[in-house]
Amino acid sequence: MKNTPIQLHVVTRIVAFIILIFSIFLFFAGHNNPGGGFIGGLMTASALVLLYLSFDLKTIKRVLPFDYAYVIGAGLLLATLTGVAGMFFGFPYLTQFFEYFQLPILGETELTTALPFDLGIYLVVVGFTLLVILTVAEDDS
Amino acid sequence: MSTLHIIPLAPFLFAFLIPLFYKKFRHIHTGWFVLPLPLIIFIYLLQFLPLGGTAFQPVEVTVAWVASLGVDFTVYLDGLSLLFALLISGIGTLVVLYSIYYIANKRDEPLNNFYVYLLMFMGAMLGVVLSDNLIVLYVFWELTSLSSALLIGYWYHKERSRYGAQKSMLITVTGGFAMLAGFTLLYLMTGTFSVQEIIAMSDQIAASPYFVPAMILVLAGAFTKSAQFPFHIWLPDAMEAPTPVSAYLHSATMVKAGIYLVARLTPLFGGQAEWFWIVTGFGLLTLLWGSVSAVRQKDLKGILAFSTVSQLGLIMSLLGMGSAAFHYDVIDGESLYTVAILAAVFHLFNHATFKGSLFMVVGIIDHETGTRDIRKLGGLMAIMPVTFTISLIGVASMAGLPPFNGFLSKEIFFEGALNITTLDMFNVETLGFLIPVVAWIASVFTFVYSMMMFFQTFTGKHKPEELPKHAHEAPVGMLISPAVLGLMVIVFGLFPNMLAYTVIEPAMQSILPGLLGEGEQFYVNIYHWHGLNTELLMTMGVVLIGTALFLNFDKLQQTAFYLGERDPLNGAYDNGLTGLISGAQYVDGVQMTGKLRHYFTYMFVFLVAVLSYALIRTNAFAIDLANTAQISPYMFFIILALSLSTIAVPFMTKRVPAIILVGIIGFLVALIFVVIRAPDLALTQLLVETVMVVLFLLVFYHLPELRKESFKPVFKWSNLLISLSVGAVVTITGLSAHAFSHGHDISPISDYFVENAYALAGGENIVNVILVDFRGLDTLLEVFVLGIVALGVVVLIKYKASGREEV
Repeated sequence: MKNTPIQLHVVTRIVAFIILIFSIFLFFAGHNNPGGGFIGGLMTASALVLLYLSFDLKTIKRVLPFDYAYVIGAGLLLATLTGVAGMFFGFPYLTQFFEYFQLPILGETELTTALPFDLGIYLVVVGFTLLVILTVAEDDS
Repeated sequence: MSTLHIIPLAPFLFAFLIPLFYKKFRHIHTGWFVLPLPLIIFIYLLQFLPLGGTAFQPVEVTVAWVASLGVDFTVYLDGLSLLFALLISGIGTLVVLYSIYYIANKRDEPLNNFYVYLLMFMGAMLGVVLSDNLIVLYVFWELTSLSSALLIGYWYHKERSRYGAQKSMLITVTGGFAMLAGFTLLYLMTGTFSVQEIIAMSDQIAASPYFVPAMILVLAGAFTKSAQFPFHIWLPDAMEAPTPVSAYLHSATMVKAGIYLVARLTPLFGGQAEWFWIVTGFGLLTLLWGSVSAVRQKDLKGILAFSTVSQLGLIMSLLGMGSAAFHYDVIDGESLYTVAILAAVFHLFNHATFKGSLFMVVGIIDHETGTRDIRKLGGLMAIMPVTFTISLIGVASMAGLPPFNGFLSKEIFFEGALNITTLDMFNVETLGFLIPVVAWIASVFTFVYSMMMFFQTFTGKHKPEELPKHAHEAPVGMLISPAVLGLMVIVFGLFPNMLAYTVIEPAMQSILPGLLGEGEQFYVNIYHWHGLNTELLMTMGVVLIGTALFLNFDKLQQTAFYLGERDPLNGAYDNGLTGLISGAQYVDGVQMTGKLRHYFTYMFVFLVAVLSYALIRTNAFAIDLANTAQISPYMFFIILALSLSTIAVPFMTKRVPAIILVGIIGFLVALIFVVIRAPDLALTQLLVETVMVVLFLLVFYHLPELRKESFKPVFKWSNLLISLSVGAVVTITGLSAHAFSHGHDISPISDYFVENAYALAGGENIVNVILVDFRGLDTLLEVFVLGIVALGVVVLIKYKASGREEV
């Protein structure tokens, strides 16, 4: 039996989720502050990579049963379709819109169509990073 | 978005439902679900026909697509596009109905594939004829090539199918690519992609040096698509497709896309001697070549394929002759030259009817007897009476016999060809006399192969022992479509003027716009008896000589001419393809050594060459250190550390220190971003470095021990030279750019974003606003690249060759 690095596990459990939450903050902050889909995606990916590193592949695969190829596909589809939405109202492809709304709890909030587009990019970046790293990791030939 | 926009898109959207129908209702033939769509489109389009004798008003509706690049999805419906759209949807309906009986709903028959491809083709074809924007047209154009190749290769287990699909794809896509270059030249001259706007500017651009190259490139696209000599060789091989596909794509619609393009652009290029001679010349050559080659065929579909080639050449040459009308600014409605255009439009329609029905009939014969070889067939008249009757009508029309519509258009074709010889321009007096001569000879051969096809199949002795199946009449459902087309051949043969002002005249208006005064119309009156004139004598000559030749068919069969069947031009294609592949393999072998250091050498040498060429060419060397930003003291330390660690990397003898050094370089770069206050960049760089460490760790496991390699001094010194020159060129470029921007009155591109980011996109983070909004399309394409790279990595690693496979 090999040693289980308990300290690493304990720290990872806490740190990974702090990174995850921060990455989501970064993703939403993107429109007005440093951040955005690309950076948020990279940070989410690094949090997940940390999980994979400290635990083993099998455990995390059970917890997060994603096929990252589909994550990439979903992201591409989302980003592409956001652009199409505007076309139904006679605007050119990929025209983005924004408006300020009064929402409960959040107060005045700016909602933009750039957000789902950015979410698409976020998903592609997460999917890409993990797909590549996991593919290399699983290759034991 | 209007209903007209939905027409070309509907088949694509509908195609998504086909697999569902196929899965859910397996026992019902999928074709029944497809059938209503073309029918609805056809009926919807019928309402645009000008029935009251009034002039046709073109309809134009625009939806912005990529407006900043001048690419809008503009639908332009005029007489010409309406004629094509009606043909596509109308014949599409008949073909779908026919296919339901032709392709049986067997257990392993991939009907879903068939109908998805067919719908894809239908939508693309409607898109080609309805778009006014050249780029949109190009996209749809290539989609027709793609769907055509997929349909030819539908029975992909057959080697001939795959060969035919590849051939058609290679030839039409190459032509399409040339056409795109032609469109780009047109854009350079006019600044617009809209066909109608370009046509309006035709006078101004005629003198441009790009005008003739643009013409030739566009014609390359049209000629490959419409199977003009010498590009026609793909069409006979495309006959490997299921017969409904041949009837639809390779006779009635897709191969006419080139005709459509030539007709559409006639107002732009017409009136030029080059256009007149190229289009007429290639058309006539194709007409002759096709009709002579058709006589050599033994396969019924082969005869029809070459016949289609020759008929396309006929229509093409008519368009060429008719373009002469633009040489004169004003003509009257009954001019000599418009006759050729009238014949082109009329024959286009007639050809779709009789050739469509003939293809379906041949399909029936193939389906019920199991062969299409005319040497085995014979005596089917009594066994398949209905098929026989429809064939009789189609063949007589194809041969140009009265009272069918093919006779009428052939008469007008002769008239147009004779008229042209009286022209006194474009040097017609030198070679012009050849035009009616070639037309006449080709018609004789057309008559011969029509007779051959008909009599070999239906008369003579029935040879049941040579037929794979027991011959009998086809089911009623299969006969409906050819019968409808055959009926049209008779009806429009007897009453051609039903089409005169509903279909033909509006189409002529679109091919020859601006020649008539406001409210005037072309004079269209088609009738059988013109008196005993030259045209009628020519037709009688065709019948006499043709019959004489056919009666001596036995002797013809002995000649070497008849025994060969393959087009001699195929050799050129096959050799060209083999040469291309072996050439590519040779270049690949030289260039792709599998060593990263060689690839870097190529890239860096190229970079240095291009940058220094651009610098020398524009004479942009300048160093001006005024107005540079203040350099903070930290920066010197960072740069020093950065340089030292970079220089140290090549001297590392172990992998781990090298990797750590590279990591240090990355983090130092992030530090530079912090100092120059670029938080987004710094953050990204830090994250990328972090992820890279993990990747390095993983890859590290697979890497062999770093060996001390001994290199020749030449190799070392040349590497040093390359790296130094990269550094020097990049530095000089940066310095020159700085000096240049301060010497001139150039405002940086970033000003626009700084001013408009909040106002136009509601975001304060300019970097992000640029990424998701101003340059959203770039970002979208970049993430697509990411996706492709991820797939590449997965494929390379998971499915890598073990080294023993044949690659």
